[in-house]
Amino acid sequence: MPAADGTVADGTVADGAGRPEPNHGLRIFLLWLPVALVADLLIWFVWGPHLPPGAMSTSAATQQSAIKIMSVMAAPVMALVLVYGAYALVVWRHREGDDEDGPPIHGNTRVSVTWIGVTSVIVLSLAVFGTVELAGPAGAGAGEGNTPIWRPSGGTPLQVQVIGQQWRWTYRYPQFGGFETTSLMLPVGENVQFNITSLDVIHSFWAYQLGVKADANPDINNVAYTKPEHTGQVQVRCAELCGLWHADMTTVGQVVSLSAFNAWTATARTQLAALTKELPPYTLTYDPNAVAQLGKVFQKAGLSGAGGGFYGSQYPVQP
Amino acid sequence: MSLAARVTTLIVAVLAVVGGVIFVVAHYLLGGPPTVDFAAATSGQVNVTMQTDASSDPATVPDHPTWVSYFIKSPASGSWVHTTLFQVPAHTRVNVTILGYDGSTPVRNQVWGQVSGTTGGVADYGGKPVKTVNGWNGPYLIQHTFAIPSLNLSVPVEAGPATCTTGPCTNNQHSTTTFSFMTPAQPGAYRWQCFVPCGLSYLDGNGGPMQTFGYMTGNMQVVS
Amino acid sequence: MAIDMQPESDRQPGREPGGREPDAPPPPARPWWRRPAVHTALAGAVIGYLLGHLLGNVIAGQYSQVVNSGQNDYAIVLGYVLGTLGWLAGLGVFSDLLRQMTGRPVHATEEARDASAGLARYFRYSLDHKVVGLQYLVGMIGFFLTGGLLAMAIRTELLSPSYHVFSSATYTAIVGEHGTMMMMMMSSLILGPLGNYLLPLMIGSKRMAFPRIEALSFWLTPAAYIVLLSGLMFGGFPFGWTGYAPLSVQATQGADAYAVAFGIMGISLILLGFNIIVTVICYRAPGMHWGRLPIFVWAMLTTSFLMVLAAPVLVGAMYMLITDRTVQTAFFTDDLGGSSYLWENLFWFFGHPEVYILALPGFGVVSEILPVFCRKPLFGYKVAAAGMVGVTLLSFFVWQHHLFDSGINPDMRPVFMLTTELISIPTGFIFLVAMGTFWKAKIRFTVPMLFALGFYFNFLIGGISGVYLSDVPADTTEHGTFFVMAHFHYTIMGGLIFAFMAGLYYWLPKMMGIRLNQTLGKIHFWTMFVFFNATFLPLFAVGMAGQPRRVYTYARSLETLNDWVSISSFLLGVSILIFVFNFVYSTVIARVHEEGNPWNSRGLEWQVSSPPPPGNFARVPVVLSGPYEYGVKDAPPVADLDPPLGVISNAYAAAAAEGAEV
Repeated sequence: MPAADGTVADGTVADGAGRPEPNHGLRIFLLWLPVALVADLLIWFVWGPHLPPGAMSTSAATQQSAIKIMSVMAAPVMALVLVYGAYALVVWRHREGDDEDGPPIHGNTRVSVTWIGVTSVIVLSLAVFGTVELAGPAGAGAGEGNTPIWRPSGGTPLQVQVIGQQWRWTYRYPQFGGFETTSLMLPVGENVQFNITSLDVIHSFWAYQLGVKADANPDINNVAYTKPEHTGQVQVRCAELCGLWHADMTTVGQVVSLSAFNAWTATARTQLAALTKELPPYTLTYDPNAVAQLGKVFQKAGLSGAGGGFYGSQYPVQP
Repeated sequence: MSLAARVTTLIVAVLAVVGGVIFVVAHYLLGGPPTVDFAAATSGQVNVTMQTDASSDPATVPDHPTWVSYFIKSPASGSWVHTTLFQVPAHTRVNVTILGYDGSTPVRNQVWGQVSGTTGGVADYGGKPVKTVNGWNGPYLIQHTFAIPSLNLSVPVEAGPATCTTGPCTNNQHSTTTFSFMTPAQPGAYRWQCFVPCGLSYLDGNGGPMQTFGYMTGNMQVVS
Repeated sequence: MAIDMQPESDRQPGREPGGREPDAPPPPARPWWRRPAVHTALAGAVIGYLLGHLLGNVIAGQYSQVVNSGQNDYAIVLGYVLGTLGWLAGLGVFSDLLRQMTGRPVHATEEARDASAGLARYFRYSLDHKVVGLQYLVGMIGFFLTGGLLAMAIRTELLSPSYHVFSSATYTAIVGEHGTMMMMMMSSLILGPLGNYLLPLMIGSKRMAFPRIEALSFWLTPAAYIVLLSGLMFGGFPFGWTGYAPLSVQATQGADAYAVAFGIMGISLILLGFNIIVTVICYRAPGMHWGRLPIFVWAMLTTSFLMVLAAPVLVGAMYMLITDRTVQTAFFTDDLGGSSYLWENLFWFFGHPEVYILALPGFGVVSEILPVFCRKPLFGYKVAAAGMVGVTLLSFFVWQHHLFDSGINPDMRPVFMLTTELISIPTGFIFLVAMGTFWKAKIRFTVPMLFALGFYFNFLIGGISGVYLSDVPADTTEHGTFFVMAHFHYTIMGGLIFAFMAGLYYWLPKMMGIRLNQTLGKIHFWTMFVFFNATFLPLFAVGMAGQPRRVYTYARSLETLNDWVSISSFLLGVSILIFVFNFVYSTVIARVHEEGNPWNSRGLEWQVSSPPPPGNFARVPVVLSGPYEYGVKDAPPVADLDPPLGVISNAYAAAAAEGAEV
């Protein structure tokens, strides 16, 4: 019989008909265990190597292992709730003719405390794990703002400036004369530092296979690091709605061998020399108001675009 | 209310709702500017003529007449159509002529001052071949660009000698930019856009006409 | 204090707030078309809009906002604002206020409440919380269906990456309308209809604390709805429901519709929440102490705190967006000294509590329903209540998890990762409570119970996927993709909407005295459950495979998955139509009466007739036990509905005599 305060002791209890009550807890545990084990083994061994975003770069590999570990921890939790739910709905469903209420169990302190304890431990360990991954040797490929706290070791990485504008990505290589191009080429095995900025609205630079995602904000430099470890194609998409052609802001980048990369930069540098001369000097952000005396420049050049009033007199400074 | 009255009211209400939905979808969601078809008459090469105007005649363009806009010349009728959608055959050489009736505005990113993706890698301003243009300093000034990013095509359009504000314009106070490119083999819609903020500053300038079909951006439909 | 302070002998029947002197003769009833209702409201709205538009043109007609763009955002914004005020004035919202300010007796409310019966009062500014609850119900279903139609349009476009039904501009506008319609309107989906209707009944009160504010919070919703939809006439807005600046500053006129509509709805949320908080704290019947409060009321209370504290930030942010777009302030423009991050943080400081505003009422509904159909007390009542309070508190500390990749200070990321992980602990309490309630229960699979079970299944998936998103390394791939989309559709649609359906099937007999067809209900549940999961489960994979959000085209390799999702979503739409058919047929045509207590529930609201009489209870009841005492031998009844006269004032006097602190 239930105790006066409504708690029920574990173990067998005689029910009304005199048969011993089965040990539901044990049954559920025995049903749950194989499901959780099989799920975890499948995730770790079968599915694991194929989890997104792949392992083409150090940051992507870190993220893939993070997703793998979280899945291994999440699967048993989900299995527990689902197995328990299925068991309950089958074993404890209402039978025809039985109009009695269920046992008046208001709560069980031990069960509640155990649940709260276990979930807290799982959740806190995930938080610690995530922090370690962010600070660990591979970093995490996410945009760190303009004062990154994690940098790769070993000298200055290859600098690639990613400029987002409506609606195309361009890339600038300051260490090779500052030429700007619409193609993204990276050497394998070298640390890369992406400096991501925007010229108008918020975009987001997402290089899927490299495991890099960082928002491009106007007048802000957002830094992300990675190190490609295999050659191949990199799918770059914009991950922040930026207007009409957001879905079309894509680049197919290439990770190539170091020698191929050097050859490419040399060719691009010469081919784009005339254009590079016209570009503004390389800076981490491009503020249009930094052009000195912007309004006077326009008047002097007699610029009159789009119907005549480029900047109306009531707008001395416009972004 | 009696059952009959309730059923009648219900039927009327349902019809009103369905009618409203159809109206909203047909009127506001579907539809758009017409597509000028250059694929019908094929003779190996296709000639596309367009013009850019500072603003339009309100009689011809009732929506947003003050917006800067492209017009395309229909090959069948020779009249100017207010649209930015056109259709070309696949794997064909397209010769584009753009008559520029707008004044000058520099690009936000100087990279778009270079011609790319055209046959020969250059465009012609009034017959003279041009490769790299600085819209800030000259000697050539630009007003707009015509770019099809997925084909890596980008051509700055030369600034005109005067601005014409009653598009479509037919006088001879315009610049002439000509270039050619090959359409790809894969059929589909290829977006094109302008990279010059419409003289409205860089932030607002990329809104409005730059993001509206029929004005400064559109689709080139390639059909096989 | 829960005890009514006014001694019963002083109370006069019919003396309601703003009522006339009892001896004065009632004023003659005016014909229906002369009394303020929806038709006068519409007239007021049109007049207000035209006036505002005119004013805007006068102020800024010569002043071209954006050279050569032909916009005048002043006119549009002022038109919307004055149009909303005109709508409210036409309803008679300000009449009582003006009468009292000028010292005249307040007739209108008395007349409106007493004289109109039947359908007409549902089109008026009624002060009866039960009428407002049903108005909210119909309104919310209408708003949900509109958003759902927009979703069907989205999935139609996504059937093919190369053939486009809509232009990309229209598609982006549809996406924004769908998202904003749903997120904006569904915030009041449960608290509006079920909260307003049931709260006084559940706590033993005859009314809500502020009937005028309650009715106002409802009547703002159609205004917000119309303003938002009218954005389509201007070409919509291209920035989704999140409204990131500077894109929202750049956008054309449709953005004004977004900002004003969201602002109006924010005000409606604040009013709704405020009313509920005061009612729960001050209007509980004697004996209804905090430990006996139904768990749904706890959910209402905590959600209301979220509404009252978070929605003002939204209204402020929308106001700043409007000034940026009209009077050339530069809050969100980096080049002029503002910051695009300011919008992101303001919006998400509201945006995260907003999703808990959406989720918590669902927790309350299913936790309320479970004991009834398990015939057992709610397991761990205190744990459940603590979980809701914990979620409410923590929800203000997690918002930057939407900004992990934005370039925020990198030291902040582990902090917000921790808080976001922590919030899953109180969220898990809901599952503990459910699983404990199932233990050795006698589970009946009625339609409300089926939807509640569907809630738990869906929210499990939604919640666990949230843990993936809270981990910054994993979030790098998942942010801004369909993975996020699947996560929030599982928690909000799989959670809130399923809970709403559960609550509707459970409480409609109480609210209208009519039962919904149970066979259709079961068909509705199974089709909705199966096709909901078929639609949204693959989207986790689609997102992880690299498809960003809000795109009209995608990689060809994902076409099969997208087609599966689109077809499933059309079938999901069919299941919603089954629901609409069931709802309309059962309430309009079939009207099968269901009085009394069909679910045999111990809830206080079930102890009165269905629908309840005006004034809910003939006398304020004295509550004798909690609502979950199933299976307890010789449990006292829930309440004494006919307490002897003077029991309250006697207790009061006795306490005063003992010198106790009251």
